[in-house]
Amino acid sequence: MTSGLNLLLSAPLSARLGMLMVLLVLLAAIFAPVIAPYGETQIAGDVWLSGSAQHLLGTDNLGRDLFTRLLFGARNTIAIAFLITALSFLMGTLLGFLAATVSGWTDQLLSRIIDILMAFPTLIFALMILSVVGTSIPALVVVIALLDSTRVFRLSRAVAMDIEVMEFVEAARLRGEGLWWLMRHEILPNAMPPLVAEFGLRFCFVFLFIAALSFLGLGIQPPTADWGSMVRENAGAITFGIYTPLWPATAIAFLTVGVNLVVDWFLHLASGLED
Amino acid sequence: MQQWHFHPVVRLLAQRIGLGLLTLWVISLLIFVGIQLLPGDLADAVLGQSATPETVAAFRHELKLDLPPHIRYLHWLSGAVEGDFGRSLANQRPVAELIGWRFGNSLFLAGVTALIAVPLAVVLGLMAALYRNTLFDKLISTSTLSVISFPEFFVAYILIALFSVQLPFFPSIASITPDMGLGQKLYAVFLPCLTLALVVTAHMMRQTRAAIINILASAYIEMANLKGLKRMRIVVLHAFPNALSPVINVIALNLAYLVVGVVIVEVVFVYPGLGQLLVDSVAKRDIPVVQASGLIFATTYVLLNLLADILSILCNPRLRSPR
Repeated sequence: MTSGLNLLLSAPLSARLGMLMVLLVLLAAIFAPVIAPYGETQIAGDVWLSGSAQHLLGTDNLGRDLFTRLLFGARNTIAIAFLITALSFLMGTLLGFLAATVSGWTDQLLSRIIDILMAFPTLIFALMILSVVGTSIPALVVVIALLDSTRVFRLSRAVAMDIEVMEFVEAARLRGEGLWWLMRHEILPNAMPPLVAEFGLRFCFVFLFIAALSFLGLGIQPPTADWGSMVRENAGAITFGIYTPLWPATAIAFLTVGVNLVVDWFLHLASGLED
Repeated sequence: MQQWHFHPVVRLLAQRIGLGLLTLWVISLLIFVGIQLLPGDLADAVLGQSATPETVAAFRHELKLDLPPHIRYLHWLSGAVEGDFGRSLANQRPVAELIGWRFGNSLFLAGVTALIAVPLAVVLGLMAALYRNTLFDKLISTSTLSVISFPEFFVAYILIALFSVQLPFFPSIASITPDMGLGQKLYAVFLPCLTLALVVTAHMMRQTRAAIINILASAYIEMANLKGLKRMRIVVLHAFPNALSPVINVIALNLAYLVVGVVIVEVVFVYPGLGQLLVDSVAKRDIPVVQASGLIFATTYVLLNLLADILSILCNPRLRSPR
């Protein structure tokens, strides 16, 4: 535990800043119902008011308090993005490790399927599937997790390939350990550092992807607060010189930059480079 | 028995093109199977509960829903190859008519952006690599990293706030009509182009910088350095031919990204392009239009990726010379 603390203290300024940014958003997300002055969908005033003592950041297109929506939006978007990333890692690493450990035609088959899925532009693929199954949160979670797991598969397969040829895996094989044991106790612990860094990157990607889909009106549906759809709902205001849509957009950029700063440091640590 | 001996480049190219065609075929299959998964019957979904059995039957016949799936697939694919995508469910107009003009608009937007972004990104990337770890490099790396972290619509709204609201120079809605001149069109698409150019340049510049630095670190460059060659000579004669392949690859990959990236920007600026049509049709569940525009986007993307691979094979000096 102390070594972990020391590591955090040795982090460069940019990474500390990133951690602070992420922590701030996480706290806002967790304590949203406590901090928020109004209800998530409560109409609290006139339409598109500017910031005041009652409404810190003003109100949105329906007269809901923007600060409240921003807090609940953090909660909804981050929870869903985290769920999707976790699901895509579960599928991606499992199949990736399987392909590397079993190899042979299983590997060939999985890899070729993934190659073809990756040749398809992700946004277009997601739009087409959502047009068929309809836009609901479960559909969103499954579709994005599936598309994202292709990237996780590539990485975890490549990492597992390197570990799989090591002596300790060979020894475990000769001991007669099963496939699941090899993947769980030999490969997974050694593949952790690159996978953790990738988790941060994938989270950012998923988070931006949901924001983009919601912005297009095909992601998280109203009245649920979500940063992408908040930009969409208030977009019309900007031509009147009302900068309401910039708040949720800034929030999205803020979290992405924060996570990227932390991940950059992590990648640097994992690569073992000096300077 | 005589063995066929192909030049390794020819063999590589044939493999890559074969794989590309296979991908396109699987994509067309996936897009088609998509509607088969549609819960409930398409006819019921479009005509509603109150439709009489006769109208449902007529509708099913018109859309050829009464034929077995493999026949429908062949019919749809052969139609698509000839540019006939059937009719829109929303307004009964031929899909090809809806798509033609919009696809042209999307290509115009992407094309103008590419003309600005490609030279800019390559020159900036090259300079950042040559003068790496200087203030110039750090400045460029930091600013591109932040642009990459922002969603496209954030960049777009910032630009609207700056150049359309604060300083009313450019329109925030990029509406263009078929009878506009080139100058008017360019003026209308200024902000969407700038948005896309910023995002794409950032990506492309970073990748170019990485590719060049990678080459400058290789043994033959060090050798040339140790021989005492001039820096200019090393860059032009030794590094450039080897850098061409990765840089062209980077450009083609980013053009593929650009073709898909137009979707969001078109929606922000209400630009009448294919992306806007796709998003509208997904919301309306206008399946024939979704299929057709999805197929066109995917095909363009796959072809540009294919082009990237072909060009990088052709530009690789080690593969070009016979062994």
